[in-house]
Amino acid sequence: MGLLARATLSELQDLAQPLPLDITVLREPEVGLVLVRGRIGGDGQPFNVGEATVTRAAVRLGGGEVGYGHVLGRAPERARLGAIVDALWQAPDHRPRIESGLLAIDQRLAAEADVKRRQVAATRVDFFTMVRGE
Amino acid sequence: MYVAVKGGEKAIDAAHALLKHVRRGDTSIADLSVAQIREQLALAVDRVMGEGSLFDPDLAALAIKQARGDLIEAAFLVRAFRTTLPRFGASEPIDTADMEIERRISATFKDLPGGQVLGPTFDYTHRLIDFLLEAGVAPPAPPQAPVPVQAASPRVTDLLAGDDLIEQSPVGAPGQDVGDLTRDPLNFPAGRDLRLQNLARGDEGFLLALGYSTQRGYGRTHPFAGEIRFGSVELELFVEDLGFDVPLGDIDVTECQMINQFKGSHSEAPRFTRGYGLVFGQAERKAMAMALVDRALRARELGEIPEGNQAAPAQDEEFVLSHSDNIQSTGFVEHLKLPHYVDFQAELVLLRRLQAERAAQQSGQDASVQPVREAAE
Repeated sequence: MGLLARATLSELQDLAQPLPLDITVLREPEVGLVLVRGRIGGDGQPFNVGEATVTRAAVRLGGGEVGYGHVLGRAPERARLGAIVDALWQAPDHRPRIESGLLAIDQRLAAEADVKRRQVAATRVDFFTMVRGE
Repeated sequence: MYVAVKGGEKAIDAAHALLKHVRRGDTSIADLSVAQIREQLALAVDRVMGEGSLFDPDLAALAIKQARGDLIEAAFLVRAFRTTLPRFGASEPIDTADMEIERRISATFKDLPGGQVLGPTFDYTHRLIDFLLEAGVAPPAPPQAPVPVQAASPRVTDLLAGDDLIEQSPVGAPGQDVGDLTRDPLNFPAGRDLRLQNLARGDEGFLLALGYSTQRGYGRTHPFAGEIRFGSVELELFVEDLGFDVPLGDIDVTECQMINQFKGSHSEAPRFTRGYGLVFGQAERKAMAMALVDRALRARELGEIPEGNQAAPAQDEEFVLSHSDNIQSTGFVEHLKLPHYVDFQAELVLLRRLQAERAAQQSGQDASVQPVREAAE
């Protein structure tokens, strides 16, 4: 579900194809708020930092598989497709295809993270201490 | 007091039409897209998310466009938008130790495990105007190190926590309610959870000035920047239908751990104390100011205000928390623009009478002077 939350709209559109015909909408895509909590000092008592927009949706397939979609932001289509893909993943016929699609998303995210981490690592500070009298 | 005034509808409609026209500016210049604002004015977007108290970069970028770049107006639009949405719940507390680090520095430990990375910073620039930007020259690709930065780094304060040299974070009781000032009005004294929520959405300029005032001697806290980090953390929500925590995606946050000298009191041993700052987006100045003010607000708790002495402005909880919110501030300051014709008329009548009475008195006649009525709002 972490991968589905980070997938782009076009990735989800590809994964949900061919769109199942027997979709029952359990929850129309709905935009709402989630209170974002942090901890005092990073590890202490929780407090509320602010809120974030979140879109959620839920569907059921003909085989009874119930899928949920939750994404940050105002993104009804991504939440709806995410719920469909989540349901498809639970259907044995579809799972291998969905798994390979999710693997591709995982690889894309890992490649992007690797570039970013290398760029950040290039800004690492190597301290050296000046020796007196030198 | 306000008095209902009729009329002006046509003028208001025309003013709003003119605003839309002026907002667009010279039409021979390309229209600015919301995505351009989100990507290229990212720190303005971060500020609006912080003070609007809503993490949604696309919405904040749109608000900036609508507000013509007035960031307080944009935060106001964001706050108004959030009131139209249902709340699904509260996230699991974010784990900043598990942050995907983009910047991490410490002014107290040179060799912290995981190292110090500067990331995208204005620090050490010469603050010279870059005319290449005006010429539209594309920037060179940034260098990449052979070894990527490690994904998770322990917080500096965790490294120090083993010995008793620095205070531990307050843990609170298990299952304790988390104060929420969007649901309950703020009462004093406020818990530290409410104070931090208030500061996290507070005005950057106000917090910066207060933090600065503590450095200049109005409630000194002897701070060191223990650690400042910026990056993304995963946000998780417990979904009841599923019965487990669902990842929603990543949000960017800046965290500042201030480490402050503390000389001890009759009940506490001398040790380092801490102030904490956590804000949406890349907002280092705000996170640092927040940490300074958080620590200053603990002055009474730590027995730093001698009996009979007045608190410094940054130590005065009611003063700080009541004036930190720029949406509230702008509402009350700007309401002075609304019609106060009847109030003012009443004041005029009163002044004319007082002057007439004074003149009568000076000319030797006896007049009963009435007490001056307190000015109406």
